[in-house]
Amino acid sequence: MTVYVFRRLLWMVPSLFIVFTLTFLVVHATPGSPWDEREKPLSEAVKANLNKQYHLDDPLPKQYFDYLGNVLHGDLGPSYRSVERSVSEIIAATLPVSVQLGVASLLFAIVVGVPLGALAAVKHNTWIDYTASLVTVTGIATPAFVRVSLLIVVLSLGLALLPTGGWEGIFDVRAIIPILAIGSGPAAILARYTRSSLLEVLGQDYIRTAHAKGVRPNAVVAAHAMKNALIPVVTVAGVTLGNVITGAFFVERIYGVPGIGRQFIDSVTGRDYTLLLGTVMVFALLIMVVNLLTDISYGYLDPRIRYR
Amino acid sequence: MTTVDRGFAPLAPPRAAPSVAPRRERGLWRDAWYRLTRNRAAVVGLVFVVLLLLIALFASVLAPYSFDRQDLDSTDLAPSGAHLMGTDGLGRDLLSRMMYGSRISLAVALVDVAIVLLVGVPLGLIAGFFGRWIDTLIMRTVDILLAFPSLLLVIVVITYLRAVLDQGEGPLLGVLGSLDKASGGLLGVFVALGLVSWLTVARLVRGQVLSLKEKEFVEAARMVGATNVRVMTRHLLPNSLAPIIVAATFGIPLAIAAEAGLSFLGLGVRPPYPSWGILIAEGLRNMRAFPHELVFPAVILAITLICFNFLGDGLRDALDPKLRVD
Repeated sequence: MTVYVFRRLLWMVPSLFIVFTLTFLVVHATPGSPWDEREKPLSEAVKANLNKQYHLDDPLPKQYFDYLGNVLHGDLGPSYRSVERSVSEIIAATLPVSVQLGVASLLFAIVVGVPLGALAAVKHNTWIDYTASLVTVTGIATPAFVRVSLLIVVLSLGLALLPTGGWEGIFDVRAIIPILAIGSGPAAILARYTRSSLLEVLGQDYIRTAHAKGVRPNAVVAAHAMKNALIPVVTVAGVTLGNVITGAFFVERIYGVPGIGRQFIDSVTGRDYTLLLGTVMVFALLIMVVNLLTDISYGYLDPRIRYR
Repeated sequence: MTTVDRGFAPLAPPRAAPSVAPRRERGLWRDAWYRLTRNRAAVVGLVFVVLLLLIALFASVLAPYSFDRQDLDSTDLAPSGAHLMGTDGLGRDLLSRMMYGSRISLAVALVDVAIVLLVGVPLGLIAGFFGRWIDTLIMRTVDILLAFPSLLLVIVVITYLRAVLDQGEGPLLGVLGSLDKASGGLLGVFVALGLVSWLTVARLVRGQVLSLKEKEFVEAARMVGATNVRVMTRHLLPNSLAPIIVAATFGIPLAIAAEAGLSFLGLGVRPPYPSWGILIAEGLRNMRAFPHELVFPAVILAITLICFNFLGDGLRDALDPKLRVD
C-alpha cells in the first residue's frame, strides 16, 4: 500500500509537468498579447517596454525554462492584469474561499444525494422513486449557471430570503445560494449512483438471508446493504469534483464570490495568461490528489481490493 | 439479441411495464420502439425535442419578429399578447430571440452527434479491433483528456481558438476566421467541443468491440474470407449500435449546455446572434427589475436539457435494460 501510494505520488510529477508544458505552449501560441483589448490602445513603445519587463521578448525556450524554474520555487510569476498582486498571491487569497465553498457543497451533496438515492432504491417504482429521479435528472441535466440563476430568482428576488450576491465567509447566509447551486450537481450524481448501486445490492442473497432471519427492514438497508452499496459510489468522487470545479467557474462569477474559479474565468476573458496557467495547474493538482485519495479509500472500503 | 430475455430482471425495469406483452416475433428496433413509447418520460422528451426541432427549422416563419429588430420605444416589456415573453433592454422580442436561439442549440447538437459518429466511433473501433500500440495510443489520449473536467479543457482551447480565428492570417486561417465570423462564432465552439465530445463514445465502442471480436460470428465471418474493414463495418459496428445511440443522445444535452455556458461567458456565440447562453447572461444583468428576461431563457434551457436526458434514459432502457452509460 505504501509503495503504491508512493508510486502514484511520483507519477504525479510527470503528469503535472505535461499539463504545465501543454498549457504553457497553448498560452504562448495564442496570438495577441495581454496588452491588447484595453480601453485605450497602448503605444508600440509602451508594449515593447511591458514585454521587456515581463520577459516576453525572450526566446520561447528561455521563457519556458525560466518560468519552470520559478514555478518549482513556488513563484507563478506576475499577473499581467493585476499590478499589485502576483499570481501566487492571487491564488493564495482565492483558493481557500473556493476550497471552503467546494467542501461545503460536497458535504451538502453527500447529505442530500446519498439518502435521496437510498430512499429511491428502497421505494423502488413508487411515486417517491419517480419524484427522486425527476429531481436527479434536473440536477444532472442543468448546468450550474442555470441553477444559480434560478435560485437567485426564487430565493432572492421572489421570496426575498437571501441576498442576490456577495461573500462574507462560509458561515454567512450569502454562502447558501452558492452551496445549493454548486452542490446540487454532485448531489444528483451521488443520488443516481447510490440508487442503482443499492438496487443491485438489495437483490443479493445475503440481503434475503438477513430478512429471513428477522432483521428489521430498515436495519437491513442501513447496516447490511448500504455499506456494500456505497463502494461503487466512491468511484464517482472524481466526477463530482469536476462538477464542483466547473460549477464554481460560473457560480463564483455570477454570485460575486472571490474564489479561484472566478479568477480562472477572468484570466480567460482578460487574457491574463500567467494567471490562466497558474489556476490550471492548481486544478490539475487538485484533481490528481482527489483521484489518488479516491483510489486509496477504495482499498480501505473494499478489503477484496489490494494494491501492489 | 433479437428478443429480450424476459427471465432476467432488468436493473431498472421500464416504468409501467406491460403485464401481458404481445408475444409475437419482433426485431430489436421494433421492440425498442415499443418499449420507448410506453415510457412516459421518454415520450415527453421525444415530443419536446421534435417540437424544438420544428421551431428551429421554421424559426424564420414562426417567430413574430426578427431576432435583432430593436424597438427602443418598447424596451423591457413584461410578457403580453404582443410579446409573449416580453422584450429585452433594446426592445427585442424575447420569444423570437429564443426561437432563433434554438437553431444554435440544435446546430451544436447535430455537430456533436456528427463528431461522435465520425471521430469517436471509428477511433473506438480501430482501438478495440487492432489493439496493441494503436489501442494504447488512442486510449491513453482518451484517459488524459477525460481526467480533466471537459469544460476546463474547452475553455482553455477556445481562448486559443478565439485569438487565432480573430487574427485570421494566412490563406487557411483567413478563410476559417471569416467562416467563424459569418457563423457568429459557432465554428470555434464546434472545434472546442469536438475536442472532448468523442471521448466517452470511443471508450464505449472499444469496450464493445473487445468483447464482440471474440464471438463466434466474427470468427465465422473471417472463415468465409471477410476483410478487416468488412468485419468492422458489417459485424462489429451494427452490434454496437444500441450503446452508441444511447451515448450520443446523452452527449447532446452536455454539448448544448457547454455552448450555452461558453456563450454566457462571452467565449462562444457573439451578439447580436441570440444563443440561449447570451440571453441568460443578459437576463442576469437585468434580473432585479425585469426577472422575466432571465426566467424564460433559463427555464427553457433547463427543460430542453432535461427532455434530452429523459429521451436518453428511455432509449437506454428500451435498447438494453442492462446497459449503463454515464
